[in-house]
Amino acid sequence: MTVGQALELVCPAGTPAALRAAVEAGAHAVYCGFNDETNARNFPGLNFSREEMAEAIAFAHRHGAKVLVALNTFPRAGAFSQWSAAVDDCARFGADAVILADLGLLEDASRRHPGLRLHLSVQAAAANADAINFYVRTFGVKRIVLPRVLTVQEIAAINREIEAETEVFIFGGLCVMAEGRCSLSSYATGKSPNMNGACSPASHVEYREEGGALVSRLGGFAIHRVAAGQPAPYPTLCKGVFEAGDYKGHVFEDPVSLDAAALIPQLAEAGVTALKIEGRQRSRAYTEAVVRSFRRALNDHAAGRPIAAGELRALTEGQQTTAGAYRKTWR
Amino acid sequence: MPSANAIPFFPTAGALALRLAPLAPLSFAAARLARSLGRRHPALFKRLGDQTGKTFLLDPTDLPFAFLLSPRPEAPGLKAVRRSSAGSWDARIAGSLAALIGLVHGAYDGDALFFSRDLVIEGDTEAVLALRNAIDNEEIDLARETAALFGPFESVALRPAHGLAALAARWTGVAFKRPERGTWE
Ligand code: SF4
Repeated sequence: MTVGQALELVCPAGTPAALRAAVEAGAHAVYCGFNDETNARNFPGLNFSREEMAEAIAFAHRHGAKVLVALNTFPRAGAFSQWSAAVDDCARFGADAVILADLGLLEDASRRHPGLRLHLSVQAAAANADAINFYVRTFGVKRIVLPRVLTVQEIAAINREIEAETEVFIFGGLCVMAEGRCSLSSYATGKSPNMNGACSPASHVEYREEGGALVSRLGGFAIHRVAAGQPAPYPTLCKGVFEAGDYKGHVFEDPVSLDAAALIPQLAEAGVTALKIEGRQRSRAYTEAVVRSFRRALNDHAAGRPIAAGELRALTEGQQTTAGAYRKTWR
Repeated sequence: MPSANAIPFFPTAGALALRLAPLAPLSFAAARLARSLGRRHPALFKRLGDQTGKTFLLDPTDLPFAFLLSPRPEAPGLKAVRRSSAGSWDARIAGSLAALIGLVHGAYDGDALFFSRDLVIEGDTEAVLALRNAIDNEEIDLARETAALFGPFESVALRPAHGLAALAARWTGVAFKRPERGTWE
């Protein structure tokens, strides 16, 4: 992409109401998914029926926003037609792009819907220029959502060597593994985030107040105990407290959320096209607040004004934020 | 979005007075509200899916009573109960009245209230998530829903309902009316 071009704000919506809130708050594009296993946010009560998706796309288009549909899980053997039919529906409803991770599905979509714009999901974990160029040349992928393991310098290096747009996460929950390759949740619950569509599925989560402390269990494993008054984290294993040798604490990652608002100028400079906000599982109140704040930040950036950062801390897991791998400081 | 730190608590004097109040009239009104809500927002049940069979204890921790919600599509129920005699439930959602009502109105984010410990969840997490998401999508305004109980006089009742909600909000700090947002078609 040409440096200096306006950045696109890609915002999450778990429900039609959240999609409307995102568009009203200034989203350039909204990403969302169907209420089934084709969607990596396959949570109870969340997502869009076919009818709701068609209406949501029409609503967004009336207001000048795009809809990108995430079909970002990996089709189960023997059930490919469910994923393939979802691509057909997106094309029929006029989706602006589909976000795919699976090679078979990319091949199927590019062959049967040559006019449908393809984005490569973060789940595909394409983290170098060679891998990205393969997807671009083979399937005509137009945009790559980069894994959250790259530094700004690495992103800039990738952008110099590829013929596609890049999209990076700017705010929200952090999944610290190279995307699509984490088996922690599958191990504890028997359900795969990559195929069934949910890390730490709610059906396997149990919260209990024990003597003022909040104890969270996933699939029967106690993963953290938080004292009264301390911020609570999500029940994801990567943010759990474990004993390893003499060490007891957060083995993989602290319960913090990504907030890279302060890095918007550097990301633009690195040639990024779009900034993505995580949180399709969150409410429309979150969507509205975060989208409004980041749209203001992008407007400030475009106008050369300083960007206000850190104003969304109260909404984040652990009530603490990090710039993640963009400024890498691994344990 | 208002900060979770700013969530008001129901005034202690009011809560003390309510301790003596009989629950039958409250249960009667709550049951009517639940039936009307079910009629006006049938999509709630679709989003709830197989969680409609669950029973939820909605527990405003700053009030001397709680509510049992049974979102059955054919006969949705809402009943005021004393905590000691609440009976069995599948999931408990507890927080100040302002936090619970703020969630219904989309003024607060459920996860943010959970992170800040302003919201406590117990029991069936799947049922809680389904209920939270179903309600969030309906953009419910409780003052409007109360006015709707007056049937054909809904539009006449709406102004006093919003007036009363504003008055009650001034006294208790609880936003009984949904904050105004855009209404794009
Ligand atoms: S356990 Fe953590 S790293 Fe693994 S999939 Fe879940 S959120 Fe991602």
